[in-house]
Amino acid sequence: MGKKALAAGKLTLDRIKAGDLEPVSETIDPGEIVCLSGPSGSGKSRLLRAVADLDPHEGSVSIAGESQQDLRGHRWRRAVTMVPAESAWWFDTVGEHLPGPMTEALDQLGFKAETLDWSIDRLSSGEKQRLALVRALAHQPRALLLDEPTANLDPDATRETEQWLCKVIRERALPTLWVAHDREQIARVADRHLHIEGDRLVKTSGDKD
Amino acid sequence: MDVIELSWWQLAMAAALVLALAICVYWARLGVGNSLLLAATRTAVQLTLVGFVLEALFAVGKPLWIALMGLAMLLLAGREVMARQNYRLRGGWGFAIGTVAMFVSAFSVTVLTLIVVIGPTPWYSPQYAIPLLGMLLGNTMTGIALALDRLTESVRRERQQVEGRLMLGQTWREACGELRRDAMRSGLMPIINAMAAAGIVSLPGMMTGQILSGTAPALAVKYQILIMFTIAAGTGFGTFLAVSVASRRLFDGCERLRLDRLTAS
Repeated sequence: MGKKALAAGKLTLDRIKAGDLEPVSETIDPGEIVCLSGPSGSGKSRLLRAVADLDPHEGSVSIAGESQQDLRGHRWRRAVTMVPAESAWWFDTVGEHLPGPMTEALDQLGFKAETLDWSIDRLSSGEKQRLALVRALAHQPRALLLDEPTANLDPDATRETEQWLCKVIRERALPTLWVAHDREQIARVADRHLHIEGDRLVKTSGDKD
Repeated sequence: MDVIELSWWQLAMAAALVLALAICVYWARLGVGNSLLLAATRTAVQLTLVGFVLEALFAVGKPLWIALMGLAMLLLAGREVMARQNYRLRGGWGFAIGTVAMFVSAFSVTVLTLIVVIGPTPWYSPQYAIPLLGMLLGNTMTGIALALDRLTESVRRERQQVEGRLMLGQTWREACGELRRDAMRSGLMPIINAMAAAGIVSLPGMMTGQILSGTAPALAVKYQILIMFTIAAGTGFGTFLAVSVASRRLFDGCERLRLDRLTAS
């Protein structure tokens, strides 16, 4: 996985209007992690949903110069993939949800090969969350939208998952918008940090050089 | 052999049974006594009226009047399909999808059966056309209403799954494929069950009626088989069409799931 030479490109948000937020314009460079924080209900998830084109919205988004309007919905979402806070699973076993064995990724997150045969019913919420990340990255996206990707994890698993995510994001040069609550996590992973205050995004400086 | 004449006082005896039931229902405080009496009254009034209409229609036999009767039946069935859905599409779609699907399936199967299979002269002869259309519409209506209700209900319930699939870059068809198949299945189940049980558990109403009115059982059976097959075709194709169009309508041009297009009825 990750061996295919995909054109790395910027993710550009141009006056995206989602929910009650003021229009958002941001450019996220390949491999850059931009963390987004804010009180619950402030519109973080809605912004991600707009960027993934799951909700009708104003403004435009492009990935590596290709605009959302020019791609069919599923082509866009295959390129700009959102991982929701609550992942959905629809087959019986883990393996059926993955396009391939994903051995390396599973191994790095502490799963074994037999995880593929695990029944979805016996997964904990933390396991679901990490496997949802593996699943999303298995489809070779060109940009990532992560909605609290470590919300259900214990501190050790959080660190492990963070490190794995950061590594994959840098390796594949994925522009990433990462919704996070935890200040320490933001300090560890973010290249830039945007905080929602009221109805606007405020740049926070000094999180990380 | 002629069928034995039923007179009104004989019907009144059957009505007395319903009245006795109503008294028991009141006594047991089931709370459906009024509904029972109202429904019984409606049956009597509606069927009497339709009897007059059919007698007039048979006497006139003009294609225009038969077509109008067919249209009225279609529109009432369309309204019924809409009324049976807990969540339906906004803006006339809820009515239009069911009605058009029934028009395409039930009407065309009826006309095909009349012209190609039964072949009365003229082909629109109301004695054949109206009962056939009525049975097809009634069953197609049930199938389409069940399928659409299942579709909208399950898409609402499985919103997370559908959107999760969309997020992974699946097309709208893939994202709701399983729900579409479920909905189509539930539309087809009643006629599949009816065909499987026909003659063993239940004697179908039309066949019973024909036998009561003196038709030889062998011929009544042939008609019943014909009707079952045409109902299966009409219901099946109507369900396919309705579910296909309705599920497409649940997504917009950008393949977003648009539950805001549903309204609770």
